[in-house]
Amino acid sequence: MGVEICVEGLTKSFGHQVIWQDVSLTLPAGEVSVMLGPSGTGKSVFLKTLVGLLRPDRGSVTVAGRDITRLREHELYEVRKLFGVLFQDGALFGSMNLYDNIAFPLREHTRKPEGEIRRIVLEKMDMVGLIGAEGKLPGEISGGMRKRAGLARALVLDPEIILFDEPDSGLDPVRVAYLNQLIVDLNAQIDATFLIVTHDIASARQVPDNIGLLFRRELVMFGPREQLLTSEEPVVRQFLNGRMQGPIGMAEEKDAAQVEQELAQLGEHHGSGEHTGTPGSQDLPPRLLPGPGITRPPRWQAIARREAEPRRREVTGA
Amino acid sequence: MSLSPTGALRHSGSLFAMALDVVRALPRRPFQAREFIQQAWFVASVTILPTALVSIPFGAVIALQIGSLTRQLGAQSFAGAASVLAVLREASPIVTALLIAGAGGTAICADLGARRIRDEIDAMQVLGIDPIHRLVVPRVLASMVVAVLLNGLVSVVGVAGGYFFNVILQNGTPGAYLASFTTLAQLSDLWAAELKALVFGAISAIVASYKGLTAKGGPKGVGDAVNQSVVITFMLLFVTNFVMTAVYFQVVPQRG
Repeated sequence: MGVEICVEGLTKSFGHQVIWQDVSLTLPAGEVSVMLGPSGTGKSVFLKTLVGLLRPDRGSVTVAGRDITRLREHELYEVRKLFGVLFQDGALFGSMNLYDNIAFPLREHTRKPEGEIRRIVLEKMDMVGLIGAEGKLPGEISGGMRKRAGLARALVLDPEIILFDEPDSGLDPVRVAYLNQLIVDLNAQIDATFLIVTHDIASARQVPDNIGLLFRRELVMFGPREQLLTSEEPVVRQFLNGRMQGPIGMAEEKDAAQVEQELAQLGEHHGSGEHTGTPGSQDLPPRLLPGPGITRPPRWQAIARREAEPRRREVTGA
Repeated sequence: MSLSPTGALRHSGSLFAMALDVVRALPRRPFQAREFIQQAWFVASVTILPTALVSIPFGAVIALQIGSLTRQLGAQSFAGAASVLAVLREASPIVTALLIAGAGGTAICADLGARRIRDEIDAMQVLGIDPIHRLVVPRVLASMVVAVLLNGLVSVVGVAGGYFFNVILQNGTPGAYLASFTTLAQLSDLWAAELKALVFGAISAIVASYKGLTAKGGPKGVGDAVNQSVVITFMLLFVTNFVMTAVYFQVVPQRG
C-alpha cells in the first residue's frame, strides 16, 4: 500500500521571486494525483521540494510521519528510498547501458546476488516494454524509451510513492496514450501513491483520481477529478479547456487591469452562449482503466463500477 | 555568476563546505573502488602524455637559464645542483598542478556538469545515493594519487631533460653535473614536492567537482563552469604553492 503525502503551508522563493506560497494538500495513499499548471509555475520545483532536493522557505512535507523539510541529509537519503522519481528526460546515467542503469539502485542499496538482480531488472523492463533493449546506451534510444527506462529504474526498489515530472513532454500523442495506460496499469499493480506533474490536459482528464492546479504563485484548487473537471472557477475552466480567454495569459505576469479586461471578455463570451459549443468541462471524460491483462485491486474495481454506472444512467435517462 | 561581494563569499563558503563534506564522506563504507580505479585511469590517461611533453621543454628551459647563469657567476660546478633544485622544488609541482587542473580538472568538471544539467545528479540523490560519496570522493582521491605519480614523472623527465641540455648541448661536464646533484637538494625536497602535488590534486578535483555539481543553465552553463573551475583552481594553486613553500623553508633546515 502506498504512503500518504501531507503538504502544509509550503512556500518557496528564489531570491525575491516567490515561486508559490502557502500550498497545502494531501496526496491520498495509493491514489493517482495530477498537478497541473501553465509553464513556468514551478511544478518541477514543487516536485523537487517533495523529495527534499530543494528546501522550502516555510511549510512542511510529511511522508510516513517524517517531515522532509526538517530532515538531516543522511536521514533524507533514507526516506528517499520510499520514492521513485521519473525525471523529464528519464535522467538516465549516460555512461551506462539500460540494464546497468536499471540495476544501479539495486547494486547500490542491496546485497542481492547478480542472478536475482537480473530477474528483477528484466521483470521491470518487461513491465515498461523494454525487453531486448538491455544493451543500448541512453544516447542511442528515443525519448519515449528513455522515459520508460527511467520509469523502470524508479520502480526497481519497489517505491511507495512515484513522482512523474512531465511524463508526456516531447512525446507524440500515441506514445502519450501508451504511457498513460502504463501509469494506470502500474498503479493497479503496485498500489503506490502517484503524483504526475504535467500540463497535458488530455492526460489530466483521463488518468487521475485527484487534480491540483498551480497558477499565479498559489495552488488554485486541489480535489477529486470530478470536482475539478466540473468546476466553474475561471482559471480551472480556462486551463482544462485550453482556451486563450481567461486569467492565464501568454506571459505569466499580467497586470490587474489586463486581467479585469480578460475576465470581462470571458463574461461576454459566456453571455453569448458560446461555450456550449466547445467541448465543455461539464461532461466528464471516461476514466482510463487498467488493461485487460491486469488483475484489478478492490480500489480499481470500485472505480470501474463507478465508471460504468453514470453512463448507463445517461443512456436510460435519454 | 554574481559579482556581488556576498555572492563571492557565498561561493567560497559552499566550496569550503563541500570540501568538508568530502573529508567526512572519505571514510564512509563501501569505498567506491571501481569508480576510483576508473577515474584514476581516466585522469592518468588524459594527463600523462601532456605532462611528459611539457616537462621536457620545461626542464630544458631551466637547464639553459641555470647553465648561462652559473657561467656568468663562475659557478659551473653548481649547474647540476641548481637545476635539480629548481626542477624538484618548484617546476615539477607547478607543472603537475597546471596539468592536473587543466587536463584532469576540466574533464571532471565537464563530466559532472553534464550530469547535473541532465538531472542525473538529482536522479542519483533521489535514488538515495549521495553524489559526494559516490562520485566526488573517488575523483578527489584519484586526482590526488595521479598528481603524486605525475610529480614523480615530471621530476624524472625534467632532471633528465636538464642533464641532456646541459651536458650534451651546452658542453657541461657530466661528472660534475651528476656529482653536484645532492649538494643543495635533499630528500625532504622530494617529499615536500610530493606533498604539494597531493594537495594540488585534491584542490583541483574539489574545485572542479564543486563547479560541475553547481552548473546550471544548460550546455552553456557547463562551459562556464569549466572555465571558472580552471581560473579558480589556478588562483588557489598558486596561492597554496606560495604558502606551502614559505612554510617549508621555515620548517625544514636548508643545506649549506
